Amino acid sequence: MKAFEYARAADQAEAVAMFRPGVMYLGGGTNLVDLMRLGVARPDTLVDVSRLPLDGIEPDGGGLRIGAAVRNSDLAAHPLVRERYPMLARAVLEGASGQVRNMATVGGNLLQRTRCAYFQDVSKPCNKRLPGSGCPAIEGDHAGLAVLGHSHACVATHPSDMAVALAALDARVHVTGPGGERVVPMPGLHRLPGDEPERDTVLEPGELITAVVLPAPPPGASRYRKVRERASFAFALVSIAAVLDVDADGTVADCRVALGGVAHAPWRAYHAEQALRGSRAGEDAFAAAAEAEMERARPLPRNAYKVPMARNLIVRTLLELAP
Amino acid sequence: MNRVEGHDKVTGRALYSAEYPAEGVAYCYPVQSEFARARITGVDASAALAMPGVLAVLSSEDPPELGEDVTGELALFQHREVAYRGQLVAAVVADTYENARAAARAVVVSYEPEPHDVRLRDDHPGLYKPDKVNPDYPADTEKGDVAAGLAEAAATIDVTYTTPVMHNNPMEPHASVAMWSGDGELTVHDSTQGASADRDMIAQALGVPPERVRVVARHVGGGFGSKGTARPNSVLAAVAARAVGRPVKVALTRRQMYDVTGYRTPTIQRVRAGVDAAGRLLALEHEVAEQSSTLVEFAEQTATPARVMYATPALRTAHRLVRLDVATPSWMRAPGECPGMYALESAMDELAVAAGLDPIELRVTNEPDAEPESGMPFSSRNLVACLREGARRFGWDERDPSPGIRRQGRWLIGTGVAASTYPARRRPSQASAAVEDGGYVVKIAAADIGTGARTALTRIAADALGADPAVVRVELGDSDLPYAPLAGGSMGTASWGSAVTMACEDLVRGDGKQGFADTTEAVGAAAKLATHAFGAQFAEVRVDADTGEVRISRMLGVFAAGRIIDETLARSQFIGGMTMGIGMALMEETITDLEFGGFVNHDLAQYHVPVNADIERIEAVWIDEDDDRLNPMGAKGIGEIGIVGTAAAVANAVYHATGRRVRDLPITPAKLI
Repeated sequence: MKAFEYARAADQAEAVAMFRPGVMYLGGGTNLVDLMRLGVARPDTLVDVSRLPLDGIEPDGGGLRIGAAVRNSDLAAHPLVRERYPMLARAVLEGASGQVRNMATVGGNLLQRTRCAYFQDVSKPCNKRLPGSGCPAIEGDHAGLAVLGHSHACVATHPSDMAVALAALDARVHVTGPGGERVVPMPGLHRLPGDEPERDTVLEPGELITAVVLPAPPPGASRYRKVRERASFAFALVSIAAVLDVDADGTVADCRVALGGVAHAPWRAYHAEQALRGSRAGEDAFAAAAEAEMERARPLPRNAYKVPMARNLIVRTLLELAP
Repeated sequence: MNRVEGHDKVTGRALYSAEYPAEGVAYCYPVQSEFARARITGVDASAALAMPGVLAVLSSEDPPELGEDVTGELALFQHREVAYRGQLVAAVVADTYENARAAARAVVVSYEPEPHDVRLRDDHPGLYKPDKVNPDYPADTEKGDVAAGLAEAAATIDVTYTTPVMHNNPMEPHASVAMWSGDGELTVHDSTQGASADRDMIAQALGVPPERVRVVARHVGGGFGSKGTARPNSVLAAVAARAVGRPVKVALTRRQMYDVTGYRTPTIQRVRAGVDAAGRLLALEHEVAEQSSTLVEFAEQTATPARVMYATPALRTAHRLVRLDVATPSWMRAPGECPGMYALESAMDELAVAAGLDPIELRVTNEPDAEPESGMPFSSRNLVACLREGARRFGWDERDPSPGIRRQGRWLIGTGVAASTYPARRRPSQASAAVEDGGYVVKIAAADIGTGARTALTRIAADALGADPAVVRVELGDSDLPYAPLAGGSMGTASWGSAVTMACEDLVRGDGKQGFADTTEAVGAAAKLATHAFGAQFAEVRVDADTGEVRISRMLGVFAAGRIIDETLARSQFIGGMTMGIGMALMEETITDLEFGGFVNHDLAQYHVPVNADIERIEAVWIDEDDDRLNPMGAKGIGEIGIVGTAAAVANAVYHATGRRVRDLPITPAKLI
C-alpha cells in the first residue's frame, strides 16, 4: 500500500477544486480502501466526499432526488424509496451485507470496480488495471464474467445491484467537475469495455457525482431478483430489474428490463423491451423477448450457463409481474 | 456450563497470537514467487533496503542458518528452486507493518521460469502409489475379487466424482510473534493447534534443542487442520527476529494463507460397486487420484472410509498421487473421510437407485459384523441406530424415491441421506493437577482452537476430582506445560481428557495436593479394536427450477460418538461441521490458475463459505453410546464427524429434487441450469 494524503472537502466546489491527477474521491471506502490495500488503486491523495452535504433524499417533481453521499442502508430504508421505488430498495438490500451497506454511498456504489479476480491481483496482467497487459480471464477463470457487450480486451462485469435498478428506472446522474455541471443518463454512465477497459464510466477526470435523480415511478409492477449460489453476501451470477405495465386487454403497454452480472455495465435489455411492447402478455411473448435479448450473448466456455439463466430469469420475472 | 473463557473473548481480553505485545517489535512481510516453477537467479534488495524503516531483507542470496533436518515448506530461502506460485522467496523486516509491506514490493527477484504443470488429472503420467497415506495407512488394500463380484451383480455402478481444492479459512489468520532472549531462548506466540508439536517442529527447523523453544497459544481462532503443523510464518518470525535482534511479528494476510498454510487436495474418485438381488454388496472398489507439491509428499487418505463402512466379499481401495508445481496440501477438517465419504455415500445412493432399494435399507443390509478390511471387532458401532433414529425424526418413511417430481412453486424439492464415520483415536499425553488457592489447577499443553476444549477439560477434571467445575482452572496453550498432542483428528478430548483424568485421580489417590499422569503406556496397551464414530446426515433441499439455485431447507445429523462431555459444545461442533459440509457441497472451490500457477481466488469475497442465511433449520442430535473400552471418558471425538457425510446428503437430495446427478463439487447453479 502506497502512502497517501487524506483531505476532507467542505463542499462539492472545494472537492472539485482539490482535484488533480493522483487524487481520488473517497465515499464509504468499502471498495476503494480494499483496492488500495491490494495495490490496485494507488492514489496520492484521497479527498473525502462522504461528509459533503449530499446526504438528502427529497421529492423532485414526481420523482426523487438522492444525494450521492446517502448511505446504501439509508436509501433502502427511506419511506419514499420503499413506497414508490420498491425495486430499488430491494436491489440495494440484495447487495453486500448490512455492515457494508451502512458505509457504502450511492455515488461510490455506482463507481465501484469489477470484482474480476485478475483485476484484483497485481501479480497478474489485466487490461483494465494495466492497459495493454492482456486479459487472462478470457482463457482463464471467467465463470462469473460477461456474456454481453464484452471485448477482446476485457470480459469484466459491473458488480452493482443498485445500478441495475437505476438503469431500469431511467435515473439521471448529476455530476459536477472541472468543466462544470452536467447530467448523465442511466444507462449511459457505465461504458462497455471496447479498447479502453480502463475506463469504467463516461466520467471525465475530476468529475464528482452529486446526486441521482429518479423520474416518476413507471406505471406497472416491478421487481428485482438476484441469482447467486450463496443466499446472501455474494455478487450476482445474473440479476434482473424489471417493470411491466399491462393494459386491461392484456397488451404490454410498457416495460423495462435491465440485467446485472452479464456485462461491463448494467445491461438494459432494449431488444427484449422492444419485442414486448404491444405484445400479448404471456409466456410465449416473454420467451420471445428473452430470446431477442439473449441471442446476442457471446458466452465464454465457462460462463455459458449465464445465457439460459438470464433467459429463464427474464421469463419468470415477467410472468410474476403479469397480472 | 458456559465457556470458561467466554467472558474474556466477548470483552476482547483474550489475546490471539498477533496481539501479544512485544517490546520493540519489528514486522516481517514476505515476498512470494510469481512463477509456479522457476530457478531464482538473483534477489536485489538494494531498493527495499533504502526504504524507510527497513531493517533487513531475507532471501536465498544469504540463506538463513537452519537445522540440518529442515525440509519442505519450513526450509525457508535455502534453495534457489521455486516449487509453486506463492512460495515465500524473500521477506522484508521493518519497523512497521506498512513499511515492511511497501518494501516487500520493492524487492526484485529474478527468475528463470520453466513450464509448469498444475493440473490434476486421473490419467496423469506422473501418478504413483505412495508408500502410505495420511497419517500411516497403506495406500492400497485388496481382498476378494472385485471383477468377479461385479460380473455377478444384479445391479452395478461405475461412477467418477471430483472435489476441488478447498481452503480451511480459519477466522483468525496465521500469525507468529517470535522473540529471542539474551541467552538464546526462543518464545513464539503462534497460532497453532498444538503447542508441543509446534515447538518441536520449530526447534527442528531452526536446529536448536526443543527445550530452548517455547510456544504460547492460549487462544486460537480456528484452524481446521491448517494450524496442525508449523507453517512458514512460524519459522520466518524466528529467523527474522534473530536477524534483526528484535522481536518480530509475521501476520499473514488471507491471500498469503491460501498459498502457504495448506489446503484440501482436489480429488478424482472412481467408485465401482455391485449388489445382488437382495441388495448385498458383492464388490466395492474406491480409487482416488490426488495431488501434492514437489516439496512434500502429502497423500490424503481419501479411500479409507470404504475399508470401514460396508460388508463385502470383494473390496479394493487405492490411492494414486501426482507431484505438481502446486502449493503443499495438508489437513483440512476430516482429511480423507470428508472427500472420500462424499464419493462413497453418493455412490451408495446411486447404487440404491440402480438396485431399486431404499438408500437406508441398502446401508442397513450391508452393515458389517467386524471392520471389513481388517476384520477387527468394533469397540462400538451404531450406524444403523443413527440411520433409524434420523429416519424417524426426518420423516423418511413418507419419502417417495422418484426423483424430480416434487414441486412447490418454482422450487423442486428433494431429500437425501448419507452415512458418516470418523476414527476414534487417541495419542499419548501428559497432564498435571494441583491444589492451588483453595481450588485446583490442571496443566496440559492442549489447544483450544475455538472448540471449547478448555471448558470440556474443566468438566472432565471436575468429574475426576469430585469437585465443582467453578474451582477448577485449566491452563493450556503453552508448550512449557505438560506435553500434549495437538487438537486434530478428533482426538483432542480423548487424548487430553485421559491424561487429565489420570492426573486428577493421581492427586486424589496420592497426597491430595499434586497429581501427574503420562498416558503413553495406557494408550499403547489399549485393546486392538476398530474404533470409529458413526453418524447419519439427512438433508432436504429445494432447487430453483429456473436458475439452479440450491437452498438447504432442513439438515439433520444423528451421531453415535461415545459419551458426549458437554452438550452445548458438542452441538456447536456438530452443526459447525455440518455447516462446513454445506459449504463443500454448494460453494467452496479454490480455482487453480492454469496459466500462471497458484490460485485465482484467494479471499473470502471470492471463496464463499456459508453465511447465516444459508442455514435455515439445522439440527444435531446424538444417541447414547456407552463405550468403556476407548478411554476413561468413553468419548470418541466430535470435531470432524459433522462435516463427513454432509456433502453427500446434500448431493443426494439434489438428485432427488431434480433427477440430475452432479458428480463434481461444488453443486453450483451453473451445473444445474
